Amino acid sequence: MKSSRTGREGLTAYVFLSPWLIGIVLLTLGPMLYSAYLAFTNYDLLSPPRWIGLDNFRRMFTADPRYLSSVRVTLVYVAVSVPLLLIVSMALALLLNKGIRFLSGYRALFYLPSLMGASVAIAVLWRQIFGGSGLVNQVLGVFGIERGSWVGNPGTALWTIVTLNLWAFGATMIIFLAGLRQVPVELHEAAAVDGAGPIRRFFSVTLPLMTPLIFFNLLLDTIHAFQAFTGAFVVSRGSGGPADSTLFYTLYLYQQGFAELKMGYASAMAWALVIVLAAFTGFLFLTAKRWVYYGDER
Amino acid sequence: MTTVSITARPLLGRRRTRNPLVIGLVRHAVLIAVLLVMLYPVVWMVAASFRPTAEVMNSLGLLSRNYTLDNYRNGWSAGQLDFSRYFLNSIAITALSIAGNLFACSLTAYAFARLEFPLKRVLFGLLLGTMLLPYHVTLVPQYILFNELAWMNTYLPLVVPKWLGAEAFFIFLMVQFIRTLPRELDDAARIDGCGHWRTFSRIVIPLSLPAIGTTALFTFINSWNDFLGPLLYLNRPELWTVSLGLNSFLDVTGESAYGSLFAMSTLALAPIVGFFLVAQKLLIEGVATTGLK
Repeated sequence: MKSSRTGREGLTAYVFLSPWLIGIVLLTLGPMLYSAYLAFTNYDLLSPPRWIGLDNFRRMFTADPRYLSSVRVTLVYVAVSVPLLLIVSMALALLLNKGIRFLSGYRALFYLPSLMGASVAIAVLWRQIFGGSGLVNQVLGVFGIERGSWVGNPGTALWTIVTLNLWAFGATMIIFLAGLRQVPVELHEAAAVDGAGPIRRFFSVTLPLMTPLIFFNLLLDTIHAFQAFTGAFVVSRGSGGPADSTLFYTLYLYQQGFAELKMGYASAMAWALVIVLAAFTGFLFLTAKRWVYYGDER
Repeated sequence: MTTVSITARPLLGRRRTRNPLVIGLVRHAVLIAVLLVMLYPVVWMVAASFRPTAEVMNSLGLLSRNYTLDNYRNGWSAGQLDFSRYFLNSIAITALSIAGNLFACSLTAYAFARLEFPLKRVLFGLLLGTMLLPYHVTLVPQYILFNELAWMNTYLPLVVPKWLGAEAFFIFLMVQFIRTLPRELDDAARIDGCGHWRTFSRIVIPLSLPAIGTTALFTFINSWNDFLGPLLYLNRPELWTVSLGLNSFLDVTGESAYGSLFAMSTLALAPIVGFFLVAQKLLIEGVATTGLK
């Protein structure tokens, strides 16, 4: 009796699941397998894929300096912009935390840019702001500082994209703010009675309690940063320039796969990224035991 | 006794030197300064879009004596570009995406949150795994698949994945939400003779409106801002979205027509700001409780 009921429920469940199941097979798992195969082939959409073994991977690491540039650009970007984003988000969340007036107004205004940060419109604005006669240089000009174009200079172009990512810190800040409100006031009071100043209390009370959220934001913001595309594409007009200084991994993958139709090579690049991100995620979860605090061990 | 006097002194000393009013003012000053730096460029862009072309670039301020709508008139139909068309296209793609996400994500979420079925844990693990998967790995094969299906220069590659639940984060969000609804309601409905479909459509969906609203809003923002998808699949200008139109505006006119470019950028951002003003509470709660970004 019971098993036939659960059997029927199982059948109903699969009816409910059917759109997602079709999607996961046809749009995720199937394509993943196919791209794993393509990574070992030469394929230009016109003639059938030709098996070339590890040649794509060999070329990536030994014969393609632009690939290595894109790896360097992306790693610098991730290593700078993610910690910066976390620190700024945490600092502003702390400023907003303790019973400040107009909290909801501040929170809303800080959050708004994260809805717009991925848009072409803002990237267009960024290109103007950091251009030769853009807003930033006009402000600097008031103080008598003369500078050339920030987006046109290989030494500074990447930093304009870092600021674009940082500009959209609001979502991360809101997650931290929600966490800060869960920190029990008694703990702070107890630490203050014991003589801990505000800085000591932050590092000994607040920060340990916030580690689960830091873990979460670090993971998602890093994965997100590895996939940066629109800002770099619009600001560099699709080239990743000047001098490949904004040639993000995804931008180079786009150029190779869809401009030059090297589908095999682009697939190999995609899998290299998956492996790096899987290793990073695994590393993060493995080290989590050491630094992420999950309540009292009772 | 001694310990009390040691700890009490710095506490009192600190209280005397730090006036709460001063601290409050400093905090507000810092927050307002950061907000100004962040938001001024956008406000400046909106103001510049209403100034004559000659004034667009050479003024740091917001004011002008000659406000004009010329930039909007010129931008709306700039040469071979036609923004009225791009806006309609973006609206169509966005609306179909929202409908698709709500359809597939709510059905899937109901199954995971309320039903027992074989392989449930495995499939839920798969769902969580796809949330962390970088989209690159399916980008090339999906392109090949859609090319084979002759879906190039149609909206199908942008919309169909949403009807098939490709955005796992929203499924997860709805699962979490439905799990918080009391199961007694389902049981009561069952006793009254409702099957799963009726329980889903009459009980769970009406109670899940906050999660549905959050999903709809974030789908709107993601689809409206999407650039790589339209860039890959839409080559014919009459199919372009606002994002593609803006990008090619920069190619066609370059730096010379920043006035019209700013005008169209302002229009492109207006729906996002509009939805934000109407539903900021829902958006911010969505971020705070689920970590959506």
